Amino acid sequence: MPILDPQDPGQQGRAIISFDGVSKIFPSRNDSAEVKAVDNIDLVVPEGAIVGVIGKSGAGKSTLIRLINGLEQPTHGKVTVDGLDIGSLDEKALRQARRSIGMIFQHFNLLSSRTAFDNIALPLEIAGTPRKAIPGIVEPLLDMVGLADKRDRYPAELSGGQKQRVGIARALATKPKVLLSDEATSALDPETTAQIIALLKQINADLNLTILFITHEMSVVKKLAQRVAVMEGGQIIEQGTTYEIFSKPTHATTKRFVGEVTGGNVPEWLQAKLLADYAPGRQAVIRIAFTGADADEPVLSRLTRAYGVDFNIMHGQIEYVADHPFGTLIASVAADPELQAKLIADLTATRNTVEHLGYVA
Amino acid sequence: MSPELINMILWSTLDTLTMVALAGIFGTLAGLPLGIFLATSRAGELFPAPNVNRIVGLVVNATRSTPFIILVVAIVPLTRLIAGTSIGTSAAVVPLTIAATPFIARVIEGAIREVDQGLVEAARAFGASPLQIVWKVLLPEAMPAVTLALTLATVSLIGYSAMVGAVGGGGLGDLGIRYGYQRFMPEVMATVVAVLICLVQGVQSLGDFISRRLDKRTRHS
Repeated sequence: MPILDPQDPGQQGRAIISFDGVSKIFPSRNDSAEVKAVDNIDLVVPEGAIVGVIGKSGAGKSTLIRLINGLEQPTHGKVTVDGLDIGSLDEKALRQARRSIGMIFQHFNLLSSRTAFDNIALPLEIAGTPRKAIPGIVEPLLDMVGLADKRDRYPAELSGGQKQRVGIARALATKPKVLLSDEATSALDPETTAQIIALLKQINADLNLTILFITHEMSVVKKLAQRVAVMEGGQIIEQGTTYEIFSKPTHATTKRFVGEVTGGNVPEWLQAKLLADYAPGRQAVIRIAFTGADADEPVLSRLTRAYGVDFNIMHGQIEYVADHPFGTLIASVAADPELQAKLIADLTATRNTVEHLGYVA
Repeated sequence: MSPELINMILWSTLDTLTMVALAGIFGTLAGLPLGIFLATSRAGELFPAPNVNRIVGLVVNATRSTPFIILVVAIVPLTRLIAGTSIGTSAAVVPLTIAATPFIARVIEGAIREVDQGLVEAARAFGASPLQIVWKVLLPEAMPAVTLALTLATVSLIGYSAMVGAVGGGGLGDLGIRYGYQRFMPEVMATVVAVLICLVQGVQSLGDFISRRLDKRTRHS
């Protein structure tokens, strides 16, 4: 199990979900080989945290999230939710445990034959809540997700964002301790996505509800997660606080994901012009990531004065990750390899992340 | 047309309606659970019993592929056992029910299989038992399709009920054969056909109407 960092805001509180050396292997069928969907994973989700798991499709994140509520059972290892070993429960105990684990879905999965109210009431009916007590639980939930006026509407009469709000209210009906989100914003437009993210953050703050979400979009991680785990090939290849992952990604896949939102990825037009070797007259292209306290320092003008060189800014972006400014700049500079080494040493010394990308003519 | 003939047509229509209604009700009572079972018992489904599923499937297919007129004759001993006789309207209900049951089972299986598997997953995720999933999710969601399936079954039953007339089953088919065909009274035959057309049309319209009312998947204005 990874060591909990007491300084880390996302890690306060006891572990509510933990994966202990968990693997899920789907046996081979017909002509397809066996699939290690989840491969020896250790992961801890602290109570009250919002944790994101990002990965491309096929990375195993869907299986990972389904191991938490027992929709899948691990082949090896142990998944614990609020002290319960999910794999050891019989069907009845597992159904009971699932009532304290809410789940929302990419395609909402609402019953078309039930109104918003009745959809939210369904988990309560299933849990055997007395009929008279149901409106007293459902009405406040409708208010909370801002759909009090859509109470008697059928899903076909609601927009995607409204359907997901019903999905969220339904997931909260049985007062769960954990909310699992399976690509809940992936079918929504950017504006609606932002609203759903805001709603989830508010629910997390108001109810101290732990949220674990999976996504393939780094922009969602950036806005929602306090901690993030990056998955590839069934394994967690990198995990940490969202700011750590954004400022110091180590794995190539993580760098690509981070680059999607921070502008760290080299634009195609520049990629096409990049040359590998130095020749007189060619300019060096460097990428600088400004993080933390250095993000607002006038780095380039200082270097210009100190070394008498001119920078030509080719690409750049400033983002806010976990409320910290976070900038990326790609610039070219007329410098021979010797001067170039000095510049990079200087930049690195001031705690910026610098990378030499190549040369342009 | 003489008043007696008109009277006979009315009585025959009533016979046909009785046969279709009884066979429809019994066929649904047997076919609905069978259809639910067929739709939920393959490997990895709610009530996994793949071998029983295969056997039930075979029996259903065998019954469905037996031509109805042969089925009627083949089960005469069973008909006698249940109805006490092998001729007449009440006797005809037995083969009609036996023909309708596998048909209804298959169309209901189809209707249930069309329900989005995501809904089943969601229901499992919030702790529903397999039975609760059937009652609270699969059946309500399949209802529009089930209604259309039962409409189709009823229309088929009207056709079959005309066929039992050939073996003394009573009803409109019987009237058509005895008077329209054997006594060569074309006006009786034409009336019988017209009444059958009206029945089928009426049943289909009613089924479509109910199914539309149940279907909430499209916006209502």
